[in-house]
Amino acid sequence: MAVIAMREALNQALREEMTRDGNVFVMGEDIGVFEGSYKVTAGLLKEFGERRVVDTPIAEEAIIGTGIGAAMLGLRPVLEIMTINFILVAMDQVVNHAAKIRYMFGGEVGVPVTIRTPGGGGQQLTAQHSQSLEVFFAHVPGLRVVAPSTPKDAKGMLKAAIRDDNPVIFIENISLYNTRGEVPDEEYLIPLDKAEIKRPGRDITFIGHSKGTLLALEAADRLAQEGIEAEVLDLRSLRPLDCDAIVESVKRTHRAVLVEEGWPTYGITAEVSATLMEHAFDYLDAPVKRVGGIEVPMPYSKPLENAVIPSVERVLEAARSIL
Amino acid sequence: MVATRQPATRRRRSEEMVDTAGIPPETLLEIYETMCLSKAMDDRVWVLAHSGEIALAVSCHGHEALQVASIYALRRGYDWMVPYYRDSAAALAMGLTPRDMMLAFFARREDSFSGARQFPNHFSSRTLNILSGSSDIATQIPHGVGIALASKMRKEDRVTITYFGDGATSEGDFHEAMNFAAVLKIPVIFLCENNEYAISVPRRKQMAIDDISNKAVGYGMPGVSVDGRDVFAVYRAVQEAAARARRGEGPTLVVANTYRIDPHTSNDPDRFYRDPKEITEQRKHDPVLRFSAFLNQHGFLTEEQDAAIAARVAAQVDEATDYARSAPQPVPEDAALYLYGN
Ligand SMILES: Cc1ncc(C[n+]2csc(CCOP(=O)(O)OP(=O)(O)O)c2C)c(N)n1
Repeated sequence: MAVIAMREALNQALREEMTRDGNVFVMGEDIGVFEGSYKVTAGLLKEFGERRVVDTPIAEEAIIGTGIGAAMLGLRPVLEIMTINFILVAMDQVVNHAAKIRYMFGGEVGVPVTIRTPGGGGQQLTAQHSQSLEVFFAHVPGLRVVAPSTPKDAKGMLKAAIRDDNPVIFIENISLYNTRGEVPDEEYLIPLDKAEIKRPGRDITFIGHSKGTLLALEAADRLAQEGIEAEVLDLRSLRPLDCDAIVESVKRTHRAVLVEEGWPTYGITAEVSATLMEHAFDYLDAPVKRVGGIEVPMPYSKPLENAVIPSVERVLEAARSIL
Repeated sequence: MVATRQPATRRRRSEEMVDTAGIPPETLLEIYETMCLSKAMDDRVWVLAHSGEIALAVSCHGHEALQVASIYALRRGYDWMVPYYRDSAAALAMGLTPRDMMLAFFARREDSFSGARQFPNHFSSRTLNILSGSSDIATQIPHGVGIALASKMRKEDRVTITYFGDGATSEGDFHEAMNFAAVLKIPVIFLCENNEYAISVPRRKQMAIDDISNKAVGYGMPGVSVDGRDVFAVYRAVQEAAARARRGEGPTLVVANTYRIDPHTSNDPDRFYRDPKEITEQRKHDPVLRFSAFLNQHGFLTEEQDAAIAARVAAQVDEATDYARSAPQPVPEDAALYLYGN
């Protein structure tokens, strides 16, 4: 197994799917000559040409709207929105159209579009450039929403997303593009609806996604030094949520700390917490704890940003309060 | 700043009739000094970003003439400016100081724009009528229309100028705001700073027309295209647009054409998408050099005056840098400040 960076894994997924299926094409701002603001589309223009690697004007609503149109005729557009923050000007296309077209057409026409976009903060990019908005999408029936945390998952899930017949919001994270991990040499897919235990443990379950999973893993390492074995469950998929995996883990550990980078109010952690209340109440030995971003727009100043973004320390603090 | 100088002793001959669009000589020097200050700030901030002292720099090099001239064509302190992130020279022309800006770049507690919350280059001032910018392309344009709408409703003769790049004209917000303003005859000036690039995307891949001012036609407002490196051309166009707006005749689109000499930001590897030779060629048309040559040639600026300006500008930038560098950081306990009003 090769060890590669997240951006490389995503790049491989795009290249492999474009090679496999002539209907797959990529479209977005600065993705051709420039190879993407985060270099995920590196080399694709050279390999596949301008017909299938389309640099667009700065028009997110048109990028997603035309992607939807092309998808309805059976193409497989993979749209890059430079950061999740900029998708907000195109939410009508996502929520009112991509998510509903199949239903409104009585199942006759689908929208097999994949929208890749990175969220997350930590780079001093401030209020309108650092948000974790996955919950906006995870709220909407008709969308699939995934947010992988490792290069292996990212590659396998992006390939699966492109092959999926539904609109998939594929959420990357600006601070994870350089994280490295093992990726199988042979072709593989990872299902879009399954969480995965990233570290088994018996004393407490940490549940997260994207960067939240990495914080949880680090916190689990620290607790292990004290003889506490935390299990880390990586959600990977946010819609649908893998309720079985969540409940099954907590039934064994009886304690849960939920971690997300975004604001926890009405957040992913709120949904997981509700799932535990409904399906694992009798197994809980302590209240469920949540760790997320402090509920303010992201400030520019480094000390302020550090205070706002969830940290390993805050995960540990939450864990210790219920252990 | 000029390579070949007229002798310092040469004074402007009174009989020499130079058309300066009615701008008096002292103001010409003020405009020039502001352009030099902007250039010196950009250079300094760029170095600070590359040495890691600040997170990011955005330079307006190549835009100095159009930004400063457009502000001087308005009533500073009365009219409103709705900028985007590349408008630092315009912000200086409105009256912000290098110290104000450096405090923001260094993200210091004393930063008057936002207490170190807002993005670098998103300058603002309630007293100077500068709206805080947006990181999302073109979203400030409707705000500019709204501010102008408020002036109109209050029956003030204030105008609002809103700035944006060539790339921003692809966004829906630009088109909706243009149409809205034209229909409601709103006293706003749309100033497009065409620098030929939107990050890596050249203008010809951004739109299928050559003259961006044609975009005004479809909305029923005048559109004018001017050399954005020519102080006087921009000054005249904006002055006329402002007069029109004050007469209640509605908006104008002014397109100031120039070239983005520096990369998009200090993080942009522009070698990916443009030939360094193109930049070298464009540097010859540096608007600061061009204006300085004009002033010198026509006796408005002597070598001594130019040297004095350079020294003043350098001292201001140094002072601002030193001050901001040693100013205290914000404290984490204050992170939630300014989220809600009462
Ligand atoms: C809604 C939105 N889409 C995309 C971006 C990413 N982006 C930042 S700057 C930029 C280019 C803007 O170019 P232009 O308007 O020509 O202004 P310039 O930077 O050239 O002065 C892009 C695409 C963004 N900030 N906001």
